Amino acid sequence: MLDRTPIIDIRGVNKFYDGFQALTDVSLSVFSGQRVVICGPSGSGKSTLIRCINRLEEHSSGQLIVDGTELNDETRNIRAIRQEVGMVFQQFNLFPHLTVLENLTIGPMRVRRASRRDAEATARKYLERVHIPEQADKYPSQLSGGQQQRVAIARSLCMETRVMLFDEPTSALDPEMIGEVLEVMVELADSGMTMIVVTHEMGFARRVADLMVFMEAGRIVETAPPEKFFTNPESERCRVFLEQILSH
Amino acid sequence: MQRKRRRLHWLDFVIVGVLAAFVSFVWFRIEGTLNYRWNWGIIPNYILRYDAEDGRWVANLLLQGLITTVRVSIYAGILALILGTVLGIARCATNLTVRMLARTYLEVLRNIPPVVVIFIFYFFLSEQLVAAFNIEGWARAIARQENSGVWEFFFGDMRRFPSMISGVIVLALFESAFVGEIVRSGIQSIERGQSEAARSLGMTWVDEMRFIILPQALKRVVPPLANQFISLVKDSSIISLISVQELTYKTVELVASTRAIFEAWITTAGLYFVLCFSLSMLFRRLERDASR
Ligand SMILES: Nc1ncnc2c1ncn2[C@@H]1O[C@H](COP(=O)(O)OP(=O)(O)O)[C@@H](O)[C@H]1O
Ligand SMILES: [Mg+2]
Repeated sequence: MLDRTPIIDIRGVNKFYDGFQALTDVSLSVFSGQRVVICGPSGSGKSTLIRCINRLEEHSSGQLIVDGTELNDETRNIRAIRQEVGMVFQQFNLFPHLTVLENLTIGPMRVRRASRRDAEATARKYLERVHIPEQADKYPSQLSGGQQQRVAIARSLCMETRVMLFDEPTSALDPEMIGEVLEVMVELADSGMTMIVVTHEMGFARRVADLMVFMEAGRIVETAPPEKFFTNPESERCRVFLEQILSH
Repeated sequence: MQRKRRRLHWLDFVIVGVLAAFVSFVWFRIEGTLNYRWNWGIIPNYILRYDAEDGRWVANLLLQGLITTVRVSIYAGILALILGTVLGIARCATNLTVRMLARTYLEVLRNIPPVVVIFIFYFFLSEQLVAAFNIEGWARAIARQENSGVWEFFFGDMRRFPSMISGVIVLALFESAFVGEIVRSGIQSIERGQSEAARSLGMTWVDEMRFIILPQALKRVVPPLANQFISLVKDSSIISLISVQELTYKTVELVASTRAIFEAWITTAGLYFVLCFSLSMLFRRLERDASR
């Protein structure tokens, strides 16, 4: 562990929105193959943190290094990093004017310059992985929420990135569809993908996480392996949060 | 909302009465004071004329003008759509200079009377373009050719081509500001998540615009664009001022030679109305079909 360099290295990052500090001195290292689950109350800066990793938000100070490349204003660096870091959103954000297959092929074709044939073959492979190969020619609006989120995961997989970020991927779903999405994510974790997941699904966290992170008010309050995190967290606030979330 | 009444109210009669009184007054003024001699009989001949030599019907002044109006409107509409899309994108650009330039263009056009804008565009821009590319000589060469038929179908008399191109450019520049605003509103109506998803895939800004944002934005603004096209058809009458021989110009010509002022202008008004109202009905119908 000592001589490995992290694939994502966050060092003392601060983020301000017009004077409001959303992240305060956040540091976190994520290694290849690691699964990190971030939880914390609403507004604690979880989304802001993972959106800084692929530069959907710009951090104000500190260092953010992804796969050896430091994030700065250079467009080339940003695009290079985005090609290594996929993202799945709470609201799916599928492209409604494209079919499922086109949603999956547009990234590889435009960004990776893949041929249509290769891109479609890859797309079908990953649609299979998320258990909806039969939906390829439909439009997103014709699918259920759970299916749409699985398409979004497949879209990200098609880019064959080294890391995947998930921002509350099941929060916008009806309860009966949460299971099918989590199942896909568990399979993904088992395949060795490096994942950073913001979620309140503690069952999922227990099952896949290597590292639990608790955030509050823009700070990382606690970082611990799941065994310790769930049984004996150090901070009182983390304990209270877990009690609230597990009891309901 | 209140339910619409179907039966007449006494107020309706008052409104109709006042209107009738006003029309009679105008009528009386024309008939009594001006001693105007109506001569509707000559008008049909100025739409379609029988050419005795060739033995066939040919378009005369008014119909020639109407056809030119249609041509100019179509070409200016296409050009305005292209320029307007560029302008709309520029209005949403991250680069401040680009955004400011686009904004300035819009504000200048909004705050100067159309007629003045048209003259400025004409003398400062389209005249120069026509001269720079020697469009004059090129058009004359085509007009002399044997088989200029295809050109004439699209552009009418090729000797008038430079003037028409000037008109198209001027009108397109003028309308592009408004098209630009429509396109901007379309782009800004697309949820932020679309752009975020495109960017998180590593797409360039150009690809994001071309494949994700614009296709959705343009589809959303088809109805206002259709309305803007109808405005463009009406606005095209302004370019009669720079001697493009469209419907209004031809009407002025007709009035000068026949003195049938009222007949000519009423006919022209009717022609514009029929053209624009048909377009409006057509677009409404297409929209209804599309939303089904
Ligand atoms: N674009 C923004 N502008 C201003 N404030 C923002 C913006 N995005 C998030 N914030 C604020 O930053 C804080 C952290 O937000 P967020 O990262 O979304 O929290 P979480 O995902 O943990 O719920 C919140 O107080 C939120 O109001
Ligand atoms: Mg959030």
